[in-house]
Amino acid sequence: MDYKDLGLKAGIEIHQQLDTAEKLFCRCPTVLRDVADRTGEFYRYLRATESELGEIDRAAEEEMKLVRKFCYYTYDTVCLVDHDEEPPTPMNPEALDICLTIAKMLGMTPVEQIHTMRKLVVDGSNTSGFQRTALVALSGTLPDGCRIETICLEEEAAQRVEGETFSLDRLGIPLVEITTAPCMRTPEAVQEVAAYIGMVLRSTGRVKRGLGTIRQDINVSIAGGARVEIKGVQELDLIAEVVRREVDRQTSLLAIRDALRDRGARVDRTVVDVTALFAGTKSAVLKKAKSILAIRLCGFAGLVGREIQPGRRLGSEMSDYAKKCGVGGIFHTDELPAYGVTAEEVARLREFVGAGDDDCVAIVAASRERAGCAAEQVMIRADMALAGVPEETRKMLEEGSSAYMRPLPGAARMYPETDVFPIALSGALWEGIRVPELLTDRAERFVREFGLDGALARQVAFSERLPLFERAVAAGVRPTLAARTLLATCRELARGGVAIDRVSEDDILALLSAVEAGRAAKEAIPDLLAELARTADESAGTPRERVDAAIAKMAPAVSQADVESIVRRIVAEREAFAREKGMGALGPLMGVVMQELRGSVDGKVVSETLRRELKRLLS
Amino acid sequence: MRYANGGTALTGIYIAERDGMAVIKLDSGYNIGASPEKLERVGRAAPQPPAGAGIVIQDPALPELSIISTGGTIASRIDYRTGAVTSQFSANDILRSIPELGDIARYRDRQVASILSENMRPAIWQALARAIYDEIRHGTSGVIVTHGTDTMASSAAAVRFMLRTPVPVVFVGSQRSADRPSSDNAMNTLCSAAVAAGDLGEVAVVMHATTNDDRCAVHRATRVRKMHTSRRDAFQSMGMAPLGSVDYPSLAVTLSDEAVRRGAEEPGLHDTLEERCALLQFYPGMPPGILDAFEGYAGLVIVGTGLGHVATDWIPKLRDRIEGGTTVVMTSQCLHGRVCDRVYNTGRDLLRAGVIEGEDMLPEVALVKLMWVLGNEPDPERAGVLMQTDLAGEIRRRSI
Repeated sequence: MDYKDLGLKAGIEIHQQLDTAEKLFCRCPTVLRDVADRTGEFYRYLRATESELGEIDRAAEEEMKLVRKFCYYTYDTVCLVDHDEEPPTPMNPEALDICLTIAKMLGMTPVEQIHTMRKLVVDGSNTSGFQRTALVALSGTLPDGCRIETICLEEEAAQRVEGETFSLDRLGIPLVEITTAPCMRTPEAVQEVAAYIGMVLRSTGRVKRGLGTIRQDINVSIAGGARVEIKGVQELDLIAEVVRREVDRQTSLLAIRDALRDRGARVDRTVVDVTALFAGTKSAVLKKAKSILAIRLCGFAGLVGREIQPGRRLGSEMSDYAKKCGVGGIFHTDELPAYGVTAEEVARLREFVGAGDDDCVAIVAASRERAGCAAEQVMIRADMALAGVPEETRKMLEEGSSAYMRPLPGAARMYPETDVFPIALSGALWEGIRVPELLTDRAERFVREFGLDGALARQVAFSERLPLFERAVAAGVRPTLAARTLLATCRELARGGVAIDRVSEDDILALLSAVEAGRAAKEAIPDLLAELARTADESAGTPRERVDAAIAKMAPAVSQADVESIVRRIVAEREAFAREKGMGALGPLMGVVMQELRGSVDGKVVSETLRRELKRLLS
Repeated sequence: MRYANGGTALTGIYIAERDGMAVIKLDSGYNIGASPEKLERVGRAAPQPPAGAGIVIQDPALPELSIISTGGTIASRIDYRTGAVTSQFSANDILRSIPELGDIARYRDRQVASILSENMRPAIWQALARAIYDEIRHGTSGVIVTHGTDTMASSAAAVRFMLRTPVPVVFVGSQRSADRPSSDNAMNTLCSAAVAAGDLGEVAVVMHATTNDDRCAVHRATRVRKMHTSRRDAFQSMGMAPLGSVDYPSLAVTLSDEAVRRGAEEPGLHDTLEERCALLQFYPGMPPGILDAFEGYAGLVIVGTGLGHVATDWIPKLRDRIEGGTTVVMTSQCLHGRVCDRVYNTGRDLLRAGVIEGEDMLPEVALVKLMWVLGNEPDPERAGVLMQTDLAGEIRRRSI
């Protein structure tokens, strides 16, 4: 597909949680909790309010089609600010410092005075009904020349547990939102920009790591299509696929529009009550509904069921709109008979609403009120199909397709946060922000200074173990040993079922120092780490004491005399083999000796001793 | 406005100037602060559409309630001058923003003040009592008073002493500003309307009972206190259970046996207040010379320690004040429990000096009661007796 010809324009919004000690507008720690540890629950209703200019945001209004009751889980690490029972504290200066650092790394210009805003979000994910957010800096550039429009500092929302229930531990964790201009022209370019920005963020060493701590929203449009924002893409590797599928979707919707126009399609404004038609139906959904309403979509036949991206049809889009009224979805004649609806029922339905062969009939089944609301939504979405691609906020589904979420929010959702004073950003403050070394630069430096190979250097630089690596090197540990232990050894142990996460950084550092001091052989590292992991809970004392205890147990020091006697015994036991292979026996016998010594002795020492003993035997 | 700063050039709408910085709203909706000299005017913003045109449908079959607004958080929105919230809503605005009110009653509205409740004064209490009395005389089925929460309890108590009412008079406010989707204003107002249309026959405060949006409590005006700076359930009945509750969203009202019922009282207004009264919180080491500041005062409520004490060295000065014509009433910092100056020597000395035990009255309630008693009873001895008599549910006969 030629994306340039299609006029693809894409931009990206990256949300990254910051690793601060406290939340953005309260003094709670930024820790995530297990819902089983909750200390209580409470519930609230939300209602959309007007902006200061007297408008109600269309996205908020849509969310309020249903009066919804939201339940919140609370913890002993959550406070009244998170409960929306206390005004916020001033903005966390640590978070602002990190945000300014990132802004400076991206070559942005800070605003002169930060104003905290309330961004209306009434889907329940914020107890207050808004998310606090502040525009901190503007106009940065990326290496490929793409422009970064803004960086904002905002509060994380509460995490949805299920349905309308949210967990308050995540609410209020600081995050930065970086928005690029729509300057990317291919799906791959979007992924590359996301990867680059992610690298910049991690270069600060002050952002959270792990699943869910970084999320991308992607803006996509094609010529003749519309701007669509796809929220919540968590895996970097899926970004290009999400863009490709959205381009497919918009292209297909435009093709459907053209087909509809050719056929002179229209939406019949009369909603027909067809409840009686399905009196004896076998369909479980229809049987339990109080009211079944039908909408005749003239000239839509075959198009409602046409696939627009993997697993999605125009009918899926209509269904998403209808769901806003609290119904489970819709049926349409492009997919019927199915779901317990018989061919005969379909024929009766078509006849009753006067549908011709070219027409599609959609039905909604629910309470009278909800069905009416849903029928109207179906008509609204059908009208949009006649116009082409609607501007929307969508949520990503598994594998990269997306579903409708709400209209694109407008500026009307922004309202000043009256409880937080503006913050002036002085020139001196900005000048004082230190820009950290980029991880890519750091990897190159590791190659240059430490002689690490390129791949390992990059792995170390991008690893969460980077700070520990740097501490180890500063403490005199050889960079290669530190890198191999922290990356390869730890990963292999973890794969082998060792709870390596339980070994503290200080213990690892003490272990590496013991190896460098000759108190343990580097071959013993895996066993020693496993022992440290096993005893992580019980062992007291300093890291050095713990490491020495592990050495005493797993790899007691062996004297040179002991080594020689063991080597002599093993060579004697395998004399025939040694005589047959000559010096070629060195390798196989080395393995036997090392196993016996369980890594207590440096391999180099063993190999020299063995070589001497073999030479003696063969001479 | 066009804004140029470093590598940035943007346009936005100028909103206000504050502390030497211009507040600019960008197209994205974000506000930023900018130096005025970096701004250049490029055009005029399109005039804003008139704010919301929705109206409440008034069903003639429903009873008519009066909404009297005085201001407060329940009616607040942003003030671009200070950036903080102020009270700029009328009762009509409240109706527009909470359309479900139309299912409960018809409404007439009236504005007595538009102030934050820390600016409340006895003169406004009087104006409020008169306005309510007026509404009752016009045949209203019930009165809702919207009020800032800081001093709402005092206003409710003051109105309770000045007014005899056959219909519910319900004070309501909100702890979380009306401009947030999570505001408690809608639920509190709906619950207050349910109470005002119901069977109550006294002055009450109706506010969230818990942090949940599940029910409101109905508190007696003379036994209620704001006990938290910010929580929704800040208002608590002190020394007694609430008079009742309102379930949300069903709006079913339950009243206890103790709640005075509709029609139990004839309407009446006695709106004289003696404003030369004060409330004084004692602290350890407080110099007795402070009392000189209250020379010429008709009444003084002291918030003493524990059972109702001040330091022994206060007694001579107190005796002078009382002999000089000041009625002195003792209440307690404990808020819970009854004053008893008969247990310790200091207390007995206070009684001998002429201090009146304020029973289990809340200090603020004792103050407004003293204003009302001294405004209506010129004889100090009889006034003293009235201060120890339960006039409006302010004194509990038994402590439980």
